Amino acid sequence: MLKIENLQVAYGGIQALRGISLEVPDGKIVTLIGANGAGKSTTLRTISGLVKAKGGSIQYDGTELVGKPITSIIETGIIHVPEGRRVFPDMTVLENLKIGAYLRNDKDGIEKDIKWVYELFPRLEERSWQLAGTLSGGEQQMLAVGRGLMARPKVLMMDEPSLGLAPIVVQGIFDIIREINRQGVTILLIEQNANMALKIADYAYVMETGRITMTGTGRELLENEAVKEAYLGKKK
Amino acid sequence: MKKKTIQKEYIITAVILLAILAAAFVLDSMLPSYHIAIKVIKKACVYSLVAVSMNLLNGFTGLFSLGQAGFMLLGAYSYAVLCIPVAKRAGVYQYFDGGLVQFSIPEIFSGILGDKVGTTVGMLVALLIGGLVAALFAYLIGLPVLRLKSDYLAIATLGFAEILRAFFQWNALGPITNGSNLLKSYPDLSRASAYIILAGAFIACIVLLVNSTYGRAFKAIRDDEVAAEAMGINLAHHKRLAFIISSFFAGIGGGMLAMYMGAVQALSFKSTMTYEILLIVVIGGIGSITGSVLTSFLYVASLEWLLRGLDSGKFLGISAPGIFKNGFRMAVVSIIIMIVVLFFRKGIMGDKELPDLLRKHGKSKKKEDGANE
Repeated sequence: MLKIENLQVAYGGIQALRGISLEVPDGKIVTLIGANGAGKSTTLRTISGLVKAKGGSIQYDGTELVGKPITSIIETGIIHVPEGRRVFPDMTVLENLKIGAYLRNDKDGIEKDIKWVYELFPRLEERSWQLAGTLSGGEQQMLAVGRGLMARPKVLMMDEPSLGLAPIVVQGIFDIIREINRQGVTILLIEQNANMALKIADYAYVMETGRITMTGTGRELLENEAVKEAYLGKKK
Repeated sequence: MKKKTIQKEYIITAVILLAILAAAFVLDSMLPSYHIAIKVIKKACVYSLVAVSMNLLNGFTGLFSLGQAGFMLLGAYSYAVLCIPVAKRAGVYQYFDGGLVQFSIPEIFSGILGDKVGTTVGMLVALLIGGLVAALFAYLIGLPVLRLKSDYLAIATLGFAEILRAFFQWNALGPITNGSNLLKSYPDLSRASAYIILAGAFIACIVLLVNSTYGRAFKAIRDDEVAAEAMGINLAHHKRLAFIISSFFAGIGGGMLAMYMGAVQALSFKSTMTYEILLIVVIGGIGSITGSVLTSFLYVASLEWLLRGLDSGKFLGISAPGIFKNGFRMAVVSIIIMIVVLFFRKGIMGDKELPDLLRKHGKSKKKEDGANE
């Protein structure tokens, strides 16, 4: 279980996170929703070590992650799929996947996982020799997720996987997220598309300006009046 | 099925490379060693190696560094200083009482392994030491400099190379570097095929590196630093590694250049040399090793040999002493370069390698179709 307590992050003098606490139980889908600038991405970036925390603790199965280098955080199985896809454009799809397994040494396991990713995303197999920069937005997102999976994640953290994608493609991505979760990977998902995210989430947290303002199961929040008004577009 | 065709391409590539080597052997036996063709091959081999080493840094890792001439200087001086025969040191270091270094690595080895083998082994060892010296300096320079990005990194490394050039001419260092005087009389490999084998072996090392996990990590850093970091690639470590390895091979290239030139002087390692190499890398295609090698040969051959006539009054049978005089060659070269840059935006080879060109047409066409979507 990933457990965050009183986490604070500041960029210079600006407080991005003002002491948030949340829990991501094993095998569940947990989502963070909120407006721009609420601190969702900062939360993920702090967990994966890209941003340094100012205070508080992040624990995974009892081990403290704050202050550890990125590589050892990845080795514990917490993998970050960054916002905006960020595939390596001048490398082939296959090379991108192999980079995902950068810290692993088990050749056979890597081969097996490439097959696994290709099963999840048959589109990627068709395009394995193509440069990633030439893929469509949806395919790049698939690749970004597939690349994350190549690290054998226990917890996969996804930052806005629906960003800039057509609704039908978004539906496909969310189906895959559910499928990955069914195969035993814990998911921590950030979304602006609150409707979609709450539908598949077991637990959800609502963030506002660096604080968590509401928590509940996905269904509870879907029916919550305040959430409806702020994020789901309630009909007046 | 797929695997079989890939293998076929690599076999053809190997055959082509062996054919080139065989041709060099034939040339060696037919032409005297001072013939221009032999000289062109030698210099092009040196430039190939340095260009590929620069490509490793600029093309594969995305670090824009202009310190190549400085690292070549280190390699060249190391080689020269370590290889001058003891008996000739008094003559070379005439202003510095015969110099400080009183041994010669090729002579030490020829004492152990016999004259012929020993000298060659000693020369190789000296080359490698030159590479290591360059790598050591790269490590030290890299500590502060690699925190910089893009243009700033280029400025800092360029400055380093210039400082080094001045430093080596300093009289206080004379007993080692011979001040601003020439270092000469060291042994050379006279055959063009030897240069091809040497440069080929070192380039092969770089090719293996580029295709390894490290190479993939370098490319990932070039493409997207943040994503690379999120994949667990240690940015600082890999940048330093690429910088050191690139400098190591540039140092060896410098040593080979010293061999080729027959005499070393710090003055000749100007930033112009770095720009020449950069030109070769860009025209060959950033991220293509084949491109760098091919362009090195084209560049050196046309500049030193094929276009010579443009400077001396007669070119392709046309005699026009009024136009074809000193400097006209450079004007023509500039125009050729502009044309290449206009029509081959990504360089002659783009980011393709020799085996890619040999791959069946159907497949490469499919690739392009995908790219057009």
